[in-house]
Amino acid sequence: MLDALAATGKTMQQDQQMSNSPDKTIASDSVAEFIGTTKRFGSITAADGLSLRIRRGEFLSFLGPSGCGKTTALRMLAGFERPTEGDVLIDGSNVSGLPAHRRPVNMVFQHYALFPHMNVAQNVGYGLRQRRPRMPKAEIAQKVAKALGTVRLSDFSDRRIWELSGGQQQRVALARAIVNEPKILLLDEPMAALDAKLRGEMQRELLALQRSLGITFVLVTHDQEEALAMSDRICIMGNGRIAQVGTPGDLYDRPRSRYVADFVGKANILTAEIIETRDKLVTVRLRSGALVAVQQNPDDSRAQADIAIRPEALSLAAPDAPLPVATATLPARVTHRTFLGDHTEYLLEADDLGTLQVNVPQQAERVSGGHDVGARVHVLWPEGTGLVLAADD
Amino acid sequence: MAMTPSRARGLLLTPAGLWYAALLLLPLAVVLIFSFGERSPIGGYAPGFTFAQYANLPARFAAFRNTLTLAPIGTLAALLIAYPLAYFLAVKVTPKWKTLLLVLVIVPFWTSILIRSYAWIFLLGGKGIPALLAHLGLEDIRLLNTPFAVLVGIVYGYLPLMVFPIYVALEKLDKRLLEASADLGTPPWRSFLQITLPLSMPGVLTGCMLVFILLMGEFLIPAILGGGKVFFVGNALVDLFLQSRNWAFGSAVAVALVVVMLVVVALYSRAVKRFGATRDDTGLM
Repeated sequence: MLDALAATGKTMQQDQQMSNSPDKTIASDSVAEFIGTTKRFGSITAADGLSLRIRRGEFLSFLGPSGCGKTTALRMLAGFERPTEGDVLIDGSNVSGLPAHRRPVNMVFQHYALFPHMNVAQNVGYGLRQRRPRMPKAEIAQKVAKALGTVRLSDFSDRRIWELSGGQQQRVALARAIVNEPKILLLDEPMAALDAKLRGEMQRELLALQRSLGITFVLVTHDQEEALAMSDRICIMGNGRIAQVGTPGDLYDRPRSRYVADFVGKANILTAEIIETRDKLVTVRLRSGALVAVQQNPDDSRAQADIAIRPEALSLAAPDAPLPVATATLPARVTHRTFLGDHTEYLLEADDLGTLQVNVPQQAERVSGGHDVGARVHVLWPEGTGLVLAADD
Repeated sequence: MAMTPSRARGLLLTPAGLWYAALLLLPLAVVLIFSFGERSPIGGYAPGFTFAQYANLPARFAAFRNTLTLAPIGTLAALLIAYPLAYFLAVKVTPKWKTLLLVLVIVPFWTSILIRSYAWIFLLGGKGIPALLAHLGLEDIRLLNTPFAVLVGIVYGYLPLMVFPIYVALEKLDKRLLEASADLGTPPWRSFLQITLPLSMPGVLTGCMLVFILLMGEFLIPAILGGGKVFFVGNALVDLFLQSRNWAFGSAVAVALVVVMLVVVALYSRAVKRFGATRDDTGLM
């Protein structure tokens, strides 16, 4: 639980393989690929040199704030946008110039975009009716019934779209896409219009569906919790570029840059001077003069760097308490204390260092009795936790 | 003092009720009463109760025939010209040009239809389009004072009334539906037939109804471009009320026109309802 931003050297290397460039898996394992893909709208560069392999059968999320290029990336996969530079491959063939209606992918739109003049079954069967040569009516009906069963809407086939709730409409949109057995199912913020409780339910349903169908899912979302909960891998984007690609655990434990560390979870980010590197551990001197040992970063030849450490990786002790071994100590004063049920969130003013956030689990809080606002405490920084961040691009 | 809800409702409905009675029911009742009367010796109306005026209706058969052929044909022609124009304005034009082009559709309304119809007299007359055709070797083509001239005139005059309802329907069409259609494997022209066209039908139906009803009562354009040869029921009414001052017969013709119109509109809305019901089963394809 307290091992955030603490990693062994071995997993670090794996992470590097995944995050820096397209990974080294063989081509047949990737169902789609961006190769130096750039999209410009006038003077605005929405996607800037994307390089990414999407693995067959995985659940990949594009995560980032609005305007980061994640939707543009999805729309280039769907065929609604043509890359300005670079290519998009689906199943090994270049589809950059192929219009949307000729691509073997289907999309669940943000506001579902269901056809209002058709009932549920007609919406779901729409894609099958477009097949040339035509698919027999009986076969269409059978596939539609099966898809509606998959999303648990079997009794709704004759309903009009406006008679359905938001969650039901979303399931129709899902059925309308999966009935075509696409190579990739694209999901554009599909949960954005649902309330919180329904969203959790839909997330679990989507995951179960992805497991049972074995189709590659590519999700676009700005909701980091959603991305963390559902994805095999997350591609974090910012300013039209890929900031980092990795498993949710990788991104949380080993963010490459300040941008990623800030975006996924909370992190204390401190400027430090690099003293020495030994055995994958980097000893750095904080502005207060304190020395701490943190995890190595690939390009740590710099003299100065940003250090990130998660609030739950730090702990608090009274000034007179015995100090554990292999732990750096930062004297500080408590400025805010917020009880949050399973943990208590402390904001502290560390001497000569600035604001730090420390999350103390309720169990530890009960043992120590807590620390009052204004009290002097020691912030404990275990050796080997925390991480040197790469310079932001 | 509080009023009972029913009393309040009655009071609130009074202005609308008065308006309805004064402007719709009263004139119609007068026309109906006149239609059973007789022409007074000096013209106008003399009280009486006779079906003679209705028995005399076949005398004006040509007017009804012209109206009932040219109004539907004119509506259809206006639709065929207006739809591509409305589609272009709603879907293809960039916002920068849209306002200007929409204004250009309305601008002709700023001048009287009378003046604009006279312009067509010149265009369709001997020195206009027929002269141009003569240059191309098509001699002796007469356009003015033909049904074709009247058709051109009514399509020209009523086009904006057809364009705007269709434009509004196409404008509010969610473009993401077309993306969804493409995403599901549909080439653009089939998306048009399966998504755009059905979803713009309310605008098409409104435009057709509007133009058709107004065309049934038209008299100015046939008078100017038909040269007395192609006349509508409206022209018959003008003639009966203003020239021969036979108000009783004129009223009978007017009542007959209202009845014909009611029948046609009822048939039309029944056809529309049936279309509305079957549209979903076939998806038009």
